[in-house]
Amino acid sequence: MTLYRAAAPATLRIVPLDALTLIYHRASGITHVVDAPVPEILDALADGPLSGEALLAALAERFDLADPDPLALAVRLDELAAAGLVERLCAM
Amino acid sequence: MGGAVNPAALLAAALRDPASVLALDPPGWTALLAVARAEQLIGTLAHRVQGLAIPPAAARVLEDARASAEQGRVAALWEAEMARRALAGIGIPVVLLKGTAYAAAGLAAGTGRSIGDLDILVPRGRIGEAEAALLAAGWEWVKPDPYDDTYYRRWMHELPPLIHRERDRMIDVHHTILPLTARITPDADALLADSVALGNGLGVLAPMDMICHAAAHLFADGDLAGGMRNLWDIHCLIGEFGTEGLEARAARHGLASAVRRAARQANDLYGTPIPESWCVWDSVDPLYRRRLLARDGWGRPAHRFTRLGFYIRSHWLRMPPGLLVRHLWTKWRKAHVPG
Amino acid sequence: MRHVTSLRIGSIGFRVGSDWSAPIAVLRDLYRDYPGAEDGIPDFNVHLFAARPWRRLVRPSVHIGGDFVIPDAAPLPLAQGLLAAEMGMNLQMALGQRRYLLLHASAVERDGRALLMTGQSGAGKSTLAALLMARGWRLMGDEFALVDPATGLIHGFPRLVSLKNEAIGVMERALPNGRFGPALEGTPKGRIRHLVPDASAIAAMAEPARPALILFPSYGFEPAERPVLPSECFVRLTQASTNYVALGERGFDALTGLVRSVPAHAIDYPDTATALTQVERLWGVL
Repeated sequence: MTLYRAAAPATLRIVPLDALTLIYHRASGITHVVDAPVPEILDALADGPLSGEALLAALAERFDLADPDPLALAVRLDELAAAGLVERLCAM
Repeated sequence: MGGAVNPAALLAAALRDPASVLALDPPGWTALLAVARAEQLIGTLAHRVQGLAIPPAAARVLEDARASAEQGRVAALWEAEMARRALAGIGIPVVLLKGTAYAAAGLAAGTGRSIGDLDILVPRGRIGEAEAALLAAGWEWVKPDPYDDTYYRRWMHELPPLIHRERDRMIDVHHTILPLTARITPDADALLADSVALGNGLGVLAPMDMICHAAAHLFADGDLAGGMRNLWDIHCLIGEFGTEGLEARAARHGLASAVRRAARQANDLYGTPIPESWCVWDSVDPLYRRRLLARDGWGRPAHRFTRLGFYIRSHWLRMPPGLLVRHLWTKWRKAHVPG
Repeated sequence: MRHVTSLRIGSIGFRVGSDWSAPIAVLRDLYRDYPGAEDGIPDFNVHLFAARPWRRLVRPSVHIGGDFVIPDAAPLPLAQGLLAAEMGMNLQMALGQRRYLLLHASAVERDGRALLMTGQSGAGKSTLAALLMARGWRLMGDEFALVDPATGLIHGFPRLVSLKNEAIGVMERALPNGRFGPALEGTPKGRIRHLVPDASAIAAMAEPARPALILFPSYGFEPAERPVLPSECFVRLTQASTNYVALGERGFDALTGLVRSVPAHAIDYPDTATALTQVERLWGVL
């Protein structure tokens, strides 16, 4: 089962602006310019790694999503993994 | 500038004995900073003289260099981490080389060091998988048609260079370290078998192997470009780990004479503690020293020695074609990013 | 490097060397009221050199070198030596500046507060800054504005104002008593003439100012204005900075601080007179 682990909160400087949120990732020196649901995903993963399903459920509950779409979440997680903000862990 | 003092020698003296900078006048400082920049040692210099009562203008330049090196370190270690993530999925351990290794392992050689591309070592048998994993994780070829470069692949000790599409940083994937003669090649299996795990999924070479690698790198390029920094790396490594077992290890990799020469040059420039018997110079050592210190007060390369060039060039003729290709490749690469 | 000069622009010191005497002589003349590098130790070195010894005399061609260089940069003819020196200094700032966040922006100051104007080449930021200088504002810089991450203040870089093509005539008329450099024809950017910043700009070159207004001017359009939100301002300013990434978290602090505390507007203008009116009005309602 694949777990997703977010960058530790201590490594993230999150500055919400009007239309976007800025995230400075200390470990990489990269500034990410993001929009919903990225900050929400990182927040949901702040307490520890979750599987895709568990993450979707947590997001659906917190934000009262009517029709949570696992594929859309998977795409976002791929982007975040490529950006280095989330790490894919394969439990052996 | 204090008369005819070679500014590169000024830099060596400053690194060796930081208090010596207190005697510098403004032209001396100006030349020292220019050469330190040119030799990519300004971050190192900044750490060496930290805390000394130097002129404010010099202190500011060095403070900026220190901050710059620190940010470079963060970026370099991040590249290592992303490479680890890309290769962890297929179980290939990442052994770091050169500057990134020194930084990751918290070695003295990493303090203030400017770090360029990421260099890693993987098992030769798995290099195809490593290549595929990196390509899947967002790296791409720098050169357009690497698959035509079967010649390169067959002879070279590394993959053609890869650059990350988003982060615009290069990675060099090696399966061995550079051989300096056609007859003996480094023992890549031993390099990997004896590598040291850092506990975070990354590894570095065993200390004596790191010294061998630095020495190989120093003499692989006939220009000795970056020589002062390379020798400072060796100086720090020997200072931290000593020389016990170094000669035997170097012999195993066919690098005995390169390591001995690097050690005695480092001893001469920086006072590196080495066995007395290693300090004997041969007839070419003065030429090497002169070449290493060939900078003017503006940091520009000075008096290129055609004589030394011919000496080195004669070696190239005896070397396998792959190394000539590497030489040309390195020249092209130099235009891209300093290593 | 037989010919050398030392000069300080704002708080940045340069040592400029040259294989030819002419560019150094011009620099010394135009920068004659500027101090030398502090403590005699420059922040950056620039050198103008001939690729081969005989090229010093035969078809002299000036290559630009320095602590920081771009490989394969095209050389300039000796007649444009002043331009080569300027490009060399720009390059050191663009590639080597690490103390301050560097923005491609002009900056002028009034009452201790700074107006920043940023945009692509040709947007008019240099010309507008020079015109504001002619109207009594203190010129902080026509090309680079520096943000101190620790304080959020703007530090100037009042180099010679680089005027191009039509802007030259505009400024010659606006400042009939201004000090101008030689007219340089046939440069990669057309006609260029440099304007020496006035006495008040030079005297106050080391004094920072609190940023109060950011403008994104666009030349050649019907007059229009719109506010620019911090998010857009942030993204546009990262594009206008050469060293944002290199500064790491300090750069992030400097830029987020700037965009969250300073109002920004985009202004479109058909001519400089309109632009100056827009500027004065936006400044007046702060």
